[in-house]
Amino acid sequence: MQNRDAKISRGRFLKAMGAAGVAGSTLSILSCQPNTSATGGGGGSGGGPEEKELALYNWSDYVAQSTIPSFEEKTGIKVTQDFFGSNEDLLGKLQAGATGYDVIVPSDYMVTVMIKSDVIQKLDKSRIPNTKNVGDNYMGLSFDPNNEYSLPYQWGTTGILYNKKETGELDGTWDTLWDPRFEGQIAMLADSRETIGAALYKLGYSANSKDDAELAEAEAELKKQQPLLRGYFISTEIRPLVQNGDILLGHVYSGDAFLALSSNEDLDYIIPQPQASRWTDNMCIPNGAPHPDNAHKFINHILGVDTGAKLSNYTYYNTPNEAALPKIAPALKDLPGYTLTPEIFERLEVIEDVGAKTREYERIFTEVRSA
Amino acid sequence: MGEKGRGWTLGLAGLLTPVTIWLGLFFLIPLLLILMYSFGTSGVYGGITLGFNPGNYLKVFDPLYLEIIVRTFVIAAITTVLCFALGYPLAYFIVFKGRRWRNVLILLVMVPFWTSLLIRAYSWVVILSGNGIANKTLQFLGIIDEPATLIFTSQAVLMGMVYSYLPFMILPLYASLEKFDTRLKEAAQDLGASRWHTFWRVTFPMSLPGVIAGSILVFIPSAGEFVIPQLLGGSRTVMTGSLIQNQFGSARDWAFGSALSVMLAVLLLAAILFYVRRVGTDKLEGT
Amino acid sequence: MSAKAGGPVYKGVGKLPDRALFLFSVLIYAFLYAPILVLMFFSFNSSKSTQTWTGFSTEWYGALLRDQTILDAFFNSMKVGVTATIIATVIGTFTALALTRHNFRGKLAADTTIYAATVMPEIVVGVSLLVFFVATLIPLGIELGIATIVIAHVAFTISFVTIVVRARLAGMDQSLEEAAQDLGANPITTFLRVTLPLILPGVMAGALLAFTLSFDDFVITFFVSGVGSSTLPLKIYSMIKFGVTPVINALSTVVLVATMILIFGGSRLLAGKEGE
Repeated sequence: MQNRDAKISRGRFLKAMGAAGVAGSTLSILSCQPNTSATGGGGGSGGGPEEKELALYNWSDYVAQSTIPSFEEKTGIKVTQDFFGSNEDLLGKLQAGATGYDVIVPSDYMVTVMIKSDVIQKLDKSRIPNTKNVGDNYMGLSFDPNNEYSLPYQWGTTGILYNKKETGELDGTWDTLWDPRFEGQIAMLADSRETIGAALYKLGYSANSKDDAELAEAEAELKKQQPLLRGYFISTEIRPLVQNGDILLGHVYSGDAFLALSSNEDLDYIIPQPQASRWTDNMCIPNGAPHPDNAHKFINHILGVDTGAKLSNYTYYNTPNEAALPKIAPALKDLPGYTLTPEIFERLEVIEDVGAKTREYERIFTEVRSA
Repeated sequence: MGEKGRGWTLGLAGLLTPVTIWLGLFFLIPLLLILMYSFGTSGVYGGITLGFNPGNYLKVFDPLYLEIIVRTFVIAAITTVLCFALGYPLAYFIVFKGRRWRNVLILLVMVPFWTSLLIRAYSWVVILSGNGIANKTLQFLGIIDEPATLIFTSQAVLMGMVYSYLPFMILPLYASLEKFDTRLKEAAQDLGASRWHTFWRVTFPMSLPGVIAGSILVFIPSAGEFVIPQLLGGSRTVMTGSLIQNQFGSARDWAFGSALSVMLAVLLLAAILFYVRRVGTDKLEGT
Repeated sequence: MSAKAGGPVYKGVGKLPDRALFLFSVLIYAFLYAPILVLMFFSFNSSKSTQTWTGFSTEWYGALLRDQTILDAFFNSMKVGVTATIIATVIGTFTALALTRHNFRGKLAADTTIYAATVMPEIVVGVSLLVFFVATLIPLGIELGIATIVIAHVAFTISFVTIVVRARLAGMDQSLEEAAQDLGANPITTFLRVTLPLILPGVMAGALLAFTLSFDDFVITFFVSGVGSSTLPLKIYSMIKFGVTPVINALSTVVLVATMILIFGGSRLLAGKEGE
């Protein structure tokens, strides 16, 4: 059947050509900058009024029940919520060209990365009057020194949640997580920056160190610690381990600590000496957002006094909204480590993106875990 | 008659067109992208500059990463063997002893997997924790005196892997055993063969295609697994899947991640083709 | 004793090997369902935890009904799952038929491609598909959404269906189909009335596998989804940072119970129809 063979080979040839054509166009698109927005960045909305819609891309369970309905009622804008589970997932998706989201909620170091890789746009503060509600301690942080691109959403610290009853008083430093008395009863965060950071803090260095010698020391410390650990986990997984008594000491984010503390009196939370990290989740508007005006309205809404208080009362994380502080539930405010004194603020360090050293941190963490 | 069709016919082309279009467009072209990425250079803030940079592949040969790859293959192999050991008897039971409950029984195997793996893994943590049911049972039975560390160990990871991939073994085995003509079995037994003999000489060989399919369907995804080592292993059993995830995640090294993926894929493909060839490709063909 | 096509009817579980097999199977089912029982238990937990029991409460079922994002995600998962399964099963079955019954130039390439589609790690499949979609579909006006998720799911499940159906087809002789054709049936009728019923268990097994893979997929789905097309795994895996609450357990319990009712109810119905 000569003819049939010929027909089919020609068909396959055409398909191959088509594929090559698509590949070629893909290549050319890739060689451009990632995700240059068609509608342009910046505050100007241009053109006619926006549709009454907003696409929010947030961490799951990070809004109070009333947050979105109150916004929808006030403005008549319909909000769609979608969820991501890690900063890098969010970044990857935006860099690969996904659009359609109006407000995103990246963490501190990720804001820097997003600014540098040009996937978010500058905020027009004139449309966000509630910025005045944000406390000075939470503005102008190193990852976005003039808050040109981001405004804080929630923030917290990273410290040690432990069973005071079983361990007794601790010395208040990071050394506790290396104490052989607690072998098998310690859990660290599965976050390379936080855990390597803990080792760096223990050695008296900064968690943003780019010095090879310091990093090598930290690696050695972590390798010493590894046999003492139960494992490396996500903060929300460490919380039940400490609550259930499976382990005695956990390296956790403050929100998880507060949740645990409010249900178990044997537990305590400390922000270790000499330094500890503070983290901030922020609101940003990606390039190419279809409804930038609505996005500004939403950010303004979140920074409102009432909304801010309800939000933190739900999430158990700290609010950057100083004007909302009076409305935070007393039960929360009284928890150890929730209300911070100026001396503690002095000791807190913002985890910054370390640029090219990021891969070194990752390699160290892989090496430590594989040991 | 009964010969296999040879060469291209219209019917064959018709059968193959859908998959050619679908995989051609939505698998092969993206695959090309990955290949290009693997020779690219990762930007510091993410993204990739294309070019010809074999450095990513050279990086794979770092002893740290080679160790991880070897460990992955070992775990995947053990998982496959265990899945076979546990899955074959169950598939056999469903097909031969299930009678009219067969369909229900096979569905019941799958139903648990329609709940999220995440909460099932969390439930395993509860079961295997210090005060959990597993420890309480073992102590009750007098096997141990004090609670043992069951969770967040490499054994827990293995158990979790077997748990996740058992259906991938059971389903093909079921599909393959189910066509078995019981009259052959009867005939063998009428001729005086013992049950074991019948099984080993008649039933099992006929189920080989299912065994091959099941082994492949368990081994491959096991090698790429990253969720179980994290949830049940305390992230201390580093497998290639987690390594690759990290490259696309916090390391922001898409180029290296792509190179690792290609290496893994090539190794797995080689393993499959070798395995299939060894067992005999005719086992996968019709007559 | 009737010698039906399915073979002789075994009498219960009298013999020792039969008993051992029965017990073994029960244990395997217990293994599969152990965490299910635990998760159903915790769906009635009175606190936010899925691992620390604090008391009995049905609040999470109420929360489930009020949480539109979870319900939307669930329905998206169902839409995607059913659609992708149907398409993948059809395409996968055709492919299996082609590969098992024909020798042709390029067969090795086809075989290799099918296997290759299973060996690529999900993250690279997801990222590359996203880039591909952005480059090709978006300029055509097709947004990221349910459609792109379905396309991606079919792409990664076809091979699984193919492999399972091949296991069924292997060694299967075609005498019945040839007989049908000798009697004058055209190819389509032969396929629908002879071939398909013969391979149906394999096709169903492949479909089950495809659905299961699609329903719980996270990585690929994350990258190719768009605004408003979050599926259940996307919602659940994104809850990790702040803790998965028992509302997910409640949803799973509801789904499980509903599925069980469907399965047992359905089999009762069929048994009733067939009569005895």
